[in-house]
Amino acid sequence: MLSSWRARLGWSAVRLLLTVVVVLGVFGLFLWGLGRDPIKAYQDTFRLNILNSRGLAGVLARMAPLLLTALGVAIPFRAGLINVGAEGQFMMGALLGTWAALNLEGLPMGLHLALVLLAGMVGGALWAAVPGVLRARGWVNETITTLLLNYLAPLVVGYFVFGPWRAPELAFYPQTPEYPASARLPLLFGTRLHLGFFLGLFFLLAYAYLINCSRWGLELRTVGGNAEAARRLGLPVERWILAAMMLGGALAGLAGVAEVAAIHTRLKLDISPGYGFMGFLVNWLAFANPLGILIMAFLIAFIASSGFTLQITQRLPYAAVNVLMALILFIVLAKPLAQRGKR
Amino acid sequence: MAETPVLRLVDITKRFPGVLANDRVNFDLLPGEIHALLGENGAGKSTLVKIAYGFYQADSGEIHVHGKKVEIRSPRDARRLGIGLVFQGFTLIPAMTVAENVALFLAELPWLVRPKDLRKTIWEASQRYGLELDPATPVWQLSVGEQQKVELLKLLLAKARILIFDEPTKVLVPHEVENLFRVFASLREDGYSLVFITHKLREALTCADRITVMRQGRVVGTVRPEEASEESLLQMMFGERLVEVAKAGTGRVPGEPILELRNVCTKPIGTAPGLEDVNLTVRAGEIVGVAGVSGNGQRELGDAILGLLRITRGRKIFLGEDATHWPPRRLIQRGVAFVPEDPLAMAVVPWFTVLENLALLDPRRFSRLGGLALDWSGVRQLLRAGFAKLGLNPLPERARAGTLSGGNLQRLTLVRELNRPYHLVVGLYPTRGLDVRSANAVRQALLSAREEGKGVLLISEDLNELFSLSDRIVVMLKGRIVGEFRPEEADLTEVGRVMTGAGVVHA
Repeated sequence: MLSSWRARLGWSAVRLLLTVVVVLGVFGLFLWGLGRDPIKAYQDTFRLNILNSRGLAGVLARMAPLLLTALGVAIPFRAGLINVGAEGQFMMGALLGTWAALNLEGLPMGLHLALVLLAGMVGGALWAAVPGVLRARGWVNETITTLLLNYLAPLVVGYFVFGPWRAPELAFYPQTPEYPASARLPLLFGTRLHLGFFLGLFFLLAYAYLINCSRWGLELRTVGGNAEAARRLGLPVERWILAAMMLGGALAGLAGVAEVAAIHTRLKLDISPGYGFMGFLVNWLAFANPLGILIMAFLIAFIASSGFTLQITQRLPYAAVNVLMALILFIVLAKPLAQRGKR
Repeated sequence: MAETPVLRLVDITKRFPGVLANDRVNFDLLPGEIHALLGENGAGKSTLVKIAYGFYQADSGEIHVHGKKVEIRSPRDARRLGIGLVFQGFTLIPAMTVAENVALFLAELPWLVRPKDLRKTIWEASQRYGLELDPATPVWQLSVGEQQKVELLKLLLAKARILIFDEPTKVLVPHEVENLFRVFASLREDGYSLVFITHKLREALTCADRITVMRQGRVVGTVRPEEASEESLLQMMFGERLVEVAKAGTGRVPGEPILELRNVCTKPIGTAPGLEDVNLTVRAGEIVGVAGVSGNGQRELGDAILGLLRITRGRKIFLGEDATHWPPRRLIQRGVAFVPEDPLAMAVVPWFTVLENLALLDPRRFSRLGGLALDWSGVRQLLRAGFAKLGLNPLPERARAGTLSGGNLQRLTLVRELNRPYHLVVGLYPTRGLDVRSANAVRQALLSAREEGKGVLLISEDLNELFSLSDRIVVMLKGRIVGEFRPEEADLTEVGRVMTGAGVVHA
């Protein structure tokens, strides 16, 4: 049993390495075709984002929202649901968290921050509850509703940042006032790395343990593994579907509020470079495996950071990095059909 | 006979894991005849025609078409030889029109389809055989009977001369059946040869030129309807089977009622019938068998008892309490166990281990720290004790359910379901598709449940099994209970007649 587990891990590592090599190769060709020097580009990227402590902290800071949004996709995934809506849940988490940040001022330091984060989770959970209810009732497929709600969330946020919550001091720019100090997530070591990263790690560990070892994990996986059997075993299938969606939404919402509370310090429309979608990619690459989520979140965070490096060192548009991410997605999707849907 | 058969199947043998579906079957179809293939569910009729259509490959045996030996490796080959099959479930695309569905099936379709021509061809063909279809109608708007006509039309336009119908009347209402038989007759006049699968005696007697009866994978005989009677056909279908398992404790007085259904009704879903005024009592220490041709409400009966199907009228009493609208969870907690027909689809999670699947017995029971952890050693103990209790070797605890054979999966389900505190066990075709040993393990488990004073409801289509295990047998037809027998007072033929709607006994 242990040896087969090791063999599986070894095989996953080989596949991961192969994916990286192919992706770097093809993207290198792409760079070369644009008249850039791929070797130099990769060297710079590596030097500035891994070997440089400030750069590495930036990568880890980017991992924070990715870990949380990936978990936001992974939990529903284990219940057999496809949550494409982490992006919208991220925005709504930021929105409700901002409400708490701006309206509960005066509370003690730690308490205020805790309430802000909690409000963010509630925001994401409520946004995810809509597709959750629709799916649990058997009315609408959650893939479609979560996707469509992604387009709605920025409009709701837009209403508040253009309207009632708009900061008076910089009225030409649609954004809310700054979070009070008591509502901010502390940055660490004078870098962009913030407490959200450790929140992400904490929830990843909690997920890894609970999904595999707890009764709730067993029941949730049963619903995802064979809903018919779950129903016949008397498990509350509808409730689990809703719970899985809301838990996922809560973590994506937490990602959103943490990002604002640590990095942006005020709510505006461009708080996410697509963290929700990247989280979906992370989970798809990792197949809801906790260790896989950790590795893939790091990889995607590194690639996203590289985009900025390449902008500076190679004068490449940031969009080039989207090409890279799409490449990865294609290569992963090319994995044999037989391996999908396992676990 | 001077005529060369258009289709001749010689010594066809086909084995599925654990089942001998066709055992040296011989069958021939003459030009311009309607040949009925009659038999119980699982007699091997469908398998046989699917081999002729290239859907399955025979393990051994030969196929001759128009006197020449042929190899049929795929439905494509069969169609090239002019063989067409109308499946039980249809293969139409609901969003497309009749014309489009037909066009999809035609091999020699030109690159550019002229819809007008196509529609004209379809219109003509459908008029000729009284099929009366509008080619421009989307398929989803058609009734089941009309969809069947589209399937037939597809075959006719693809120039099939040998038409096989796999239980075509199963989905039809009576007047549609009459209509279909008229179509059959006009096809015969035009020289088509037809194979028609059914388990209904009257249909075979009404419309066929010859009737071949199959039982347990073998051909019992071929007769002409004018030489046959309902009795003789029933005899052929069910045989003079002897009761194999000694009935322990017959004549015993059963105990208190455990489950009572009073005038229970449910809504029909799709083509499946709803329950209509079902009255049924299962007492402690008795096995009540439910017989019937599948699709006559047995599954609905099971689901209504298990709380999975809403009871729209009537009452369900479980252990003296009104349980009409209890959810499944409550019924399970109060003591209802369930052994399904297809454990992989209905009872286990394929990529869970044996141990994890066993823990699903009741995740709460194995919870530790309020659910934060699970008591795996408790589950392991259940694995050992449960299998020992049924006299079985325990399965490897780390094996994934999806890798187990059907028999082992059913053992796993039995161990799980019969280790709840339960009073009633519902078996829904629990031995279907199992090898003999596994099926006997299930039967043995049900018998010992009765010995322990549990109530057992056994839904099965194996009359032999029902006769050997049950204390009482009820027969279902179209969602109603149409007969009740004591196995020691009735014989298979009688029950078979009621099952096939040949005669309704008012219990």
